[in-house]
Amino acid sequence: MTEPVLSVKNLVVEFPFRDDVFRAVDDISFEIMPGEVVGVVGESGAGKSMTGAAVIGLIERPGHIASGEIRLKGERIDNLPEEAKAKLRGRRIGMVFQDPLTSLNPLYTVGRQLIETIRTHLPLSEAQARQKAIDLLAEAGISKAAERIDSYPHQFSGGMRQRVVIALAIAAEPELIIADEPTSALDVSVQAQIIKVLKKLCASHGAAVMLITHDMGVIAQTADRMIVMHHGRIVETGTVGDIIRRPREPYTIKLIDSIPTISRKEGEAAPAPAAANDDRAFVEIRHLVRDFELGRSAFTRLLPGKVEIFRAVNDVSFSIRKGETFGLVGESGSGKSTCAKMIVGLLRPTSGSIHVDGHDVWAGAHGHRERRRRVQMIFQDPYASLNPRWRVADIVAEPMKTLGIARNRSEVQDRVADLLTKVRLDPSAMRKFPHEFSGGQRQRIAIARALSSQPEFIVCDEPTSALDVSVQAQVLDLMSALQEEFGLTYLLISHNLAVVRQMSSAVGVLHNGVLVESGPVDAIFDSPQADYTKMLLDAVPDISKVA
Amino acid sequence: MTDLPHSPEQPVPARASRFATFWRSDLVWSYRHSPVTIVASIVALALVLMAVLAPWIAPYNPFNPATLNLMDGMTPPNSASYTGRYFLFGTDNQGRDVLSTIMYGSRVSLFVGVLATLFAMLLGVGLGLVAGYVGGFVDAVIMRIADVQLSFPAILIALLIFGVARGIIPPNQQEGAAIWVLIIAIGLANWAQFARTVRGATMVERQKDYVAAARILGVNPFIILLRHVLPNVLGPVLVIGTIGLALAIIEEATLSYLGVGVPPTQPSLGTLIRIGQQFLFSGEWWILLFPAIALVLLALSVNLLGDWLRDALNPKLR
Repeated sequence: MTEPVLSVKNLVVEFPFRDDVFRAVDDISFEIMPGEVVGVVGESGAGKSMTGAAVIGLIERPGHIASGEIRLKGERIDNLPEEAKAKLRGRRIGMVFQDPLTSLNPLYTVGRQLIETIRTHLPLSEAQARQKAIDLLAEAGISKAAERIDSYPHQFSGGMRQRVVIALAIAAEPELIIADEPTSALDVSVQAQIIKVLKKLCASHGAAVMLITHDMGVIAQTADRMIVMHHGRIVETGTVGDIIRRPREPYTIKLIDSIPTISRKEGEAAPAPAAANDDRAFVEIRHLVRDFELGRSAFTRLLPGKVEIFRAVNDVSFSIRKGETFGLVGESGSGKSTCAKMIVGLLRPTSGSIHVDGHDVWAGAHGHRERRRRVQMIFQDPYASLNPRWRVADIVAEPMKTLGIARNRSEVQDRVADLLTKVRLDPSAMRKFPHEFSGGQRQRIAIARALSSQPEFIVCDEPTSALDVSVQAQVLDLMSALQEEFGLTYLLISHNLAVVRQMSSAVGVLHNGVLVESGPVDAIFDSPQADYTKMLLDAVPDISKVA
Repeated sequence: MTDLPHSPEQPVPARASRFATFWRSDLVWSYRHSPVTIVASIVALALVLMAVLAPWIAPYNPFNPATLNLMDGMTPPNSASYTGRYFLFGTDNQGRDVLSTIMYGSRVSLFVGVLATLFAMLLGVGLGLVAGYVGGFVDAVIMRIADVQLSFPAILIALLIFGVARGIIPPNQQEGAAIWVLIIAIGLANWAQFARTVRGATMVERQKDYVAAARILGVNPFIILLRHVLPNVLGPVLVIGTIGLALAIIEEATLSYLGVGVPPTQPSLGTLIRIGQQFLFSGEWWILLFPAIALVLLALSVNLLGDWLRDALNPKLR
């Protein structure tokens, strides 16, 4: 019988507070065998990152390991002195963090960081270490590694940087690598490559991997076994195929059910427009262009000189019928949020036109007035979209008061209560402040605010990207129900292809500001024409793709 | 007492729990666990009360010529004077009770300090909000003015403004206007700190989606600034305001010490120190020492309160 690389037994991590103690990790035990990839999945607050931090000995104060033991190759590591723990890190346990922007030191070249790590842990000369660093970078998929080794982190793209971080983690040939959300900050197309690199490198170096992520799709494609965590406890463990196809615990079943997939289940049709009898375009966007001037301060702007222009949105045209949901997908920097800002009136288009219900929304005061009455927006981050100093009642009442829909105090209050009930919140919520609510509840408040001005068209910019999967499913359900009830038209902007497939009847794919493809959702997803769309669809990690 | 005037379901428990949440809030908690802050707040409160209540609690009225007796002049502390009256902190050359002059003097110092800080706050917060929200050219102009001003010592700016005001105001009105000129001079010298902080905070807040949500509705930018942005940038303003109050008190004392501040008929702590300084070398140390101690205590306690507030409102420093 082989010895496990990592064995965690009855681990408890506690955070003492002024009045009580919070158990972030509550009595968990698991083992990781040599060369194995174990996925740890769970929603925010499940304790998965804390488990990783406990293993590597980096729990932030005042948190501490209250009981239990952690063994690396049979040797106990949780009670080692700080110096000995520091020696383990990098040498025997490698770490890949979520954000490649912050996990590399911007002041040192990539090569220097790699060589330093290698020489700290392995008895190699400077030249040997450099050669090894170049080999590692090449292995991680960085072309012309010998030339690029002397570049600084900012000269690499996000995906490339994450490759460097992986090379760094593997540099000292550790036995175990802990990857905490290694691809969550990256675009889908890059994500797929990084997963491959991580898997390949760990396999060729014989390192076991503890892959911590909220994304079941990533685990489905990467891991051998998985651990499902919830509220600091382990809910279920087993092979990835077993858990995804035959989940046993109610929580796991609920979790898997709430994950939208990009392939349609049998007997499921694309959502039909609510008012299909009206074929006229309700929202019409024609040849939309937006340029940004680069790098000019207020004073230098006064001087003559060549202006560098970046075209964020380049000749985008599409139309949405009434009651329909149009999905706009694209990776970061594709211009989808810029489009949203122009449609809702936050950013003036350089050229092109936006018509909502026949009114040009950028045509003078009249256009603005018509737009305000018809268009609303739901934002990505419910922690930033609600004013923290305002009570919920005031937040929800603002649009109706501003537009003069209701002025009388008791009428406003009745309407607010009504709206809160519509988004399935208790009307008593109106006396509270936003911080008293969870992320999903806040997004409901944001939806209530959007409905407050009685709009016909709502632009939803990544409405569920900041939420956990199970909450995401609830919010999407709510959006669909409200669409039916009020005959709303949605523009759904998302990087999540599965969400778009589930919600929209038509879809447009943006790439570098250009709309590469648009059409009915099933046509685009089932037989994409543009190369970019094909690549995007292939890259999506999906639980249906389990090995 | 078995017969309570209200049944147990009545709203009294709610009030108790509101007090309980206040008592257990982070701010109160950090206050209760900082002995230095507790002492500083007691000292500050005592000094403020002493200043505010001076006309009622001061043992003598040092500015009423009828009660002054030149024969009582230069009485040492804690001793009876020539006329047999008792002075805890002694008297100055005109027979004025030093304790009473300190009480009346800190009244003037606090009045000038608080109003000057409020003025600086109003000006700085207003300009900072506009600069941060409008951005571009307006921002550049406002902030360059602030930069220029910050490159001079505040006291120099105040002196300059004070000098200009003297030139404008006719001599017969100068004495009455002096205190207001002082307030404006100190206020104008200190607005830049507020403007800088508020501009930064505003630039952060204006990027947030709740501001975008209001802009989509076409809410007037002025209303957005006042109702949405302002409440979210006030935290740091409170901190600079408290520390700024200590600075303003010291600046006022400096100006008065230099003889350009409040007139001697209405002496502040700075004026008292200037008067006392003439007698230091002839042995009458108490005329200088006690006002100086009062000034140090006032400025130090307010400053410590500001420091505590800064730490308590910024969890990262804990």
